[in-house]
Amino acid sequence: MNPIIEGIIKAFELIFSGDPTVYGIVFRSLFFSGVAAILAALWGTPIAMLLGLRDFRGKSVVKGFFNSLIGMPTVALGLILFLTFSKAGPLGFLGLLYTPGAVMLGEAVLVTPLVISIATTAIEAVDPEMINLAKTLGASESQASITVLKEAINGVVFSDMASFNRAIAELGVALLVGGNIAGLTDVLTTDISKYTQRGGSDLAYAIALSIILMAIVFGINLIIIVARNPKVLATFGRSPQ
Amino acid sequence: MRLAELRNLSKRFGNRAVLDDITLQIDEGEILALLGPNGAGKTTLLKILAFLEKPDSGEVKFQGEAVTEKNAERMRLQSAMVFQRTLFFSTSVYNNVAYGLKMRKLPQNTIKEEVKKALRLVKLEGFEKRSVKKLSGGEQQRVALARALVLKTKLLLLDEPTANLDPKNVQIIEEVIGTINRELKTTMVMATHNMFQAKTLPQRIALMSDGRITEVGVPAEIFARLSRNLASFAAVDNTFTGTARITSAGTTIIDIGNGVQIEAAVQRQGLTSVFVTPQDIIVSKSPVVSSARNVFKGRIVEILDLGSLVKLKVDVGKSFTVQITKQSFSEMQLNLDSWVFLVFKASAVQVI
Repeated sequence: MNPIIEGIIKAFELIFSGDPTVYGIVFRSLFFSGVAAILAALWGTPIAMLLGLRDFRGKSVVKGFFNSLIGMPTVALGLILFLTFSKAGPLGFLGLLYTPGAVMLGEAVLVTPLVISIATTAIEAVDPEMINLAKTLGASESQASITVLKEAINGVVFSDMASFNRAIAELGVALLVGGNIAGLTDVLTTDISKYTQRGGSDLAYAIALSIILMAIVFGINLIIIVARNPKVLATFGRSPQ
Repeated sequence: MRLAELRNLSKRFGNRAVLDDITLQIDEGEILALLGPNGAGKTTLLKILAFLEKPDSGEVKFQGEAVTEKNAERMRLQSAMVFQRTLFFSTSVYNNVAYGLKMRKLPQNTIKEEVKKALRLVKLEGFEKRSVKKLSGGEQQRVALARALVLKTKLLLLDEPTANLDPKNVQIIEEVIGTINRELKTTMVMATHNMFQAKTLPQRIALMSDGRITEVGVPAEIFARLSRNLASFAAVDNTFTGTARITSAGTTIIDIGNGVQIEAAVQRQGLTSVFVTPQDIIVSKSPVVSSARNVFKGRIVEILDLGSLVKLKVDVGKSFTVQITKQSFSEMQLNLDSWVFLVFKASAVQVI
């Protein structure tokens, strides 16, 4: 049989038999990206609120800075973080290099600009008078800010999902600061790369992991699209007019 | 008793002076109307009274205490503002009206009770669970009013509370304003450019133009005096000034210039200002034979979509503002530059 077809068949076997290696990798991927997205949301959202609600000098420069960082090549950031976490680097004393912590932290840094940019846009889209409305009804400064954040919640959640997607799909950072250590820091993308290089019967693993990765990424994208415009669902299964 | 005092307030936005040396007292329990054209500074003045904006210079005192940046948050609990543009939190009617009460940390039961009462007052009983987004413009404005008055603040600030609403909603809102002023003794400051509203609702009127208060007084006094400033209020919808003469039929013809003569049912002579409510004007595509004494032909020069209503500016030599329903608007197939006839009765002309 054709080795590629053989690989695909084997891949489905791996997925549906609940292969512990495969699911260990899937679990680590979900966990690392999840923590990274949460970390990025924790420090990114307050920055977005600052950018979205306050006026200060150089605000557009800061916004431009974060916007341009969205396109940061993951390998380049991976290298910068590698140097930062390495023994001689400024954060070398933490001993984080090649640990799950480094992967989560690195991915969180990677997706932070994405969180900030999308959430800032969402907060800016809320009527600027909303903060005055909250205040005149008796809200304090911080309560009023939280009210505005609630009005922007769709965009903020969207920013978090997009950041999760970027984290789970990236390779450079996880590879360079995680070291792709089997059972410890290896994730979907790093293992797809590893198994592909090995070839042979391991190709089935690469295919299986790719299918799962794509299912996760497309699934989340679909949720985002439907959440932003519920009418999309209704258009499914309807023939074009 | 004096509730609030503004002394020598000035406020600029960039190069533009929005408020210029405003001095004004607000008495406890009164309804004060700020009457003036758009851009007169009414909204900014209300925001300063709501302690949302601070003046560049001058002093604001509330119940004898000077308002500073430090106590603004505490002072804000004593006043509530209803904005001109209906703004709401994208949630249920209940959560909107309950917002301020929750901020005040009132017990759940009390909040429920108060929200119910406030909704009853604005004739939206049982609307608690509805989404505000799905309500009509008038209903939304009533939710906004309920959301402010439920707080029972000493001072209630209303920015054009009935602008762009249909007569039914205007009536409900005016009733509510009257009721809470009477029963709760709530002091109210209301911005309006509706002459008719300014004449009937408030105890006092402050005329504003170009960031200044030019006159303050009781409505009868203000309208009787017919100052030069009031005459310049032509910027307010359908307000015109001209020379009046009494006809042999006992009515009055006011020549407002550009060949436009308005007939009014009252008798006046000399310099007179008149006002016609936009809702009182009938729009037709062909001349109608009717008992109405005022018929003018003109072109539509501006169309403003207000949801269920459409506001038209019609140039008949002078610019008139009229309001018709969306349905009439589309049935009549009106467009910019369409020729129409404006028809209104002599008794619809209010002499100021």
